[in-house]
Amino acid sequence: MKKIIRVAALGGAVALALAACGSAPEETNETSGGDETSATVDFTACMVSDEGGFDDASFNESGFKGLEQAESELGITIKTAESTDPGQYTTNVDSMVQQGCNLIIGVGFALEDAVQAGAEANPDIEFALVDSAFSDADFNPVTLDNAKPLLFNTQEAAYLAGYLAAGISETHKLATFGGQPFPSVTIFMDGFVDGAAAYAEESGVATTVVGWDKEAQNGSMIGNFSDTEAGRTTSEQFIADGADVILPVAGPVGSGALNAASQAESTAVIWVDSDGYLQPANEQYKGLILTSVMKQIQTAVFDTIKSSVDGEFTADPYVGTLANGGVDIAPYHDWEANVPAELSAKIDELRQAIIDGDLVVESPSANAVS
Amino acid sequence: MSATVQDAPAPAPAPERKPEPDRPSYLQQVLDSTTTTVVVAILIALGLAAVLVVAADAASQDALSYVFARPADFFEAAWNAIYETYSALFRGAIFDYQAEGARRIRPITETMVSSVPLILAGLGLGIGFRSGLFNIGAQGQVLVGAAAAAYLGFTLDLPVVAHVVVACLGAVVAGGIWAGIAGFLKARTGASEVIVTIMLNSIALYLVSYLLTTAVLRQPGSTRPITPPVGENAMMPLLLGSQFRLHAGFLVALLAAVGVWWLMERSTLGFRFRAVGANQDAARTAGINVQRVFVSVMLVAGGLAGLGGAMQILGTDRTFQAGSAGSIGFDAITVALLGRSRPLGTVLAALLFGALRAGSPLMQTAAGTPIDLVLVIQAVIVLLIAAPPLVRELSVIHWAATLFGYDRKKAAA
Repeated sequence: MKKIIRVAALGGAVALALAACGSAPEETNETSGGDETSATVDFTACMVSDEGGFDDASFNESGFKGLEQAESELGITIKTAESTDPGQYTTNVDSMVQQGCNLIIGVGFALEDAVQAGAEANPDIEFALVDSAFSDADFNPVTLDNAKPLLFNTQEAAYLAGYLAAGISETHKLATFGGQPFPSVTIFMDGFVDGAAAYAEESGVATTVVGWDKEAQNGSMIGNFSDTEAGRTTSEQFIADGADVILPVAGPVGSGALNAASQAESTAVIWVDSDGYLQPANEQYKGLILTSVMKQIQTAVFDTIKSSVDGEFTADPYVGTLANGGVDIAPYHDWEANVPAELSAKIDELRQAIIDGDLVVESPSANAVS
Repeated sequence: MSATVQDAPAPAPAPERKPEPDRPSYLQQVLDSTTTTVVVAILIALGLAAVLVVAADAASQDALSYVFARPADFFEAAWNAIYETYSALFRGAIFDYQAEGARRIRPITETMVSSVPLILAGLGLGIGFRSGLFNIGAQGQVLVGAAAAAYLGFTLDLPVVAHVVVACLGAVVAGGIWAGIAGFLKARTGASEVIVTIMLNSIALYLVSYLLTTAVLRQPGSTRPITPPVGENAMMPLLLGSQFRLHAGFLVALLAAVGVWWLMERSTLGFRFRAVGANQDAARTAGINVQRVFVSVMLVAGGLAGLGGAMQILGTDRTFQAGSAGSIGFDAITVALLGRSRPLGTVLAALLFGALRAGSPLMQTAAGTPIDLVLVIQAVIVLLIAAPPLVRELSVIHWAATLFGYDRKKAAA
């Protein structure tokens, strides 16, 4: 036993020695030149995640990418804090204040209270909150001079996806499920259901959406944003029920739906948040992705940081819509050939109608911003 | 203790060779004590975590690639990474020497705040462990306790003192009932409390998640799964003014620790608990109603865990959501094990975990160290506590002590 350990230790040491044989970089007068030059602008942007963490392949990650983009393109300093439970939101925001951040961005509606309290206590620091507006204790909307809500009319894009899905479906049965019944999740499902209903009404083909009842605001939730296996079994049930287009609104759990769809005949999946076709993790099944309901959190975060760096920060809410490109559906990629030209034209027509305000997609989860 | 003296190396510091062969030397006693084991385990955990800090540090990685060409760079980078991480942890958890005025002592109060739910839940679990019940269900009990406290906190409108007391009692009852289910099933049917409490954790989570989507717990007029804030009177009074979050719950937790000590060491009920924990059959033969003890233990343990959940809502969070319990219930298991299930030990262990929790935000923001490091530290502590011989094997102190006649193999384990 001892001998094995010795051999292993020796092997490890040799490997380490070989790996460590690189030559030292030239000694320069400016110490560690490479690392510090990135911070050319004296501005610190900070971000606090919700309990999902920055590796959630969903909105925390999108927000974090916006922050990283700002670091590399604007040359600012960034700081991040991940929360593991709601009890840490306040302390994390507070420690960002202590760290002298110029702009503090909270990701997720759960951070509303923490960001709001921070903004009220520190009028000289700018704040932003992804996916939620601010409200007082009685749930009346309030505006803070130094806090900007970043909101998304996701239902508009989801409506287009619902219409498209209903048009593509051969079984005329669609399915959707969520991670947890958060407004930022159900808003996708509301738009999806409405879009499918619009297609059914226009074409006269009865189309059902299982997994979400918009009236009752109740439907299939797997209970978290991580259990891919639950996503797979839920999708398998939907497929067994005859559904052939599935919209999983649960971040990375969508890969479970892709897995289930790959086992079935001609079944498609609609991805959420970003273009799922382009995600390396989905490479194997990307052909199954009909389209994606995209929310440009990254762009919204980057733009907010940029305006703050330029001294043009305002507390006016940013609302991502089809009109400003803040939300949209992704290109059809491999499905291009399967989408009839008239359906594709109709989608463009609907998009224009929503942009022009002729068509309003309602959702109880939509952010009421005047 | 069957080892004999002739096994020991010759130069023992206290060579009092009396006829009683099993009397260990003073050095042996100190190094084999559980306190030493725990302290050394914590030090080893911090040491291992330091290795990870260096491994994850970009500057150290760069310097490691040419460590033989210029080793000083690597050691400087590694030292900087470790120093930044642990100084940030210290500044976040104990004393912030870079802050101004009252904020300098705020970290230690934050540590105390974070430890409150852990103390209460840990005390409850400790009672169970000493009574032979391995209750894994603190998470669920904390959650239902927190939900009950929040519900009573925002539905009722009671005068000062009365409201917070009612909300706390509600949490105690809810947590007690939740744990009592497992106790009752164990007493009646012999169902393993380990399995039942684990399952009840899931049931509690999905139950409150469901209730948060209904009018029972959800804020009216909102679609978010979060309760309205509890009333002003339901909040735990702050001890040091509004600058600090330290609330009266800390005193409640300390009182609970004293109460648990009295219960376990001085009361008849506690004697029964311990008797059942020591040997169920013997306890039964001695006329103790073991079934009733099972139920009582779980009621007390669940009540304490439920109260811990209430502290989270009434002390700091004010609103309740499905994630409010965080990982308190599981951390509390570690706390109780680390504290050897004794009240004083539990309080100290909870303070340690509270410090890790309070210090982690600054560690992330100031030193850029991932928060997962805290989990690693906690996990390594548990691992080492579970195996005292491993601690002695890894400990530099124990190795050094062998030179002075300490015998690692002789430890009582």
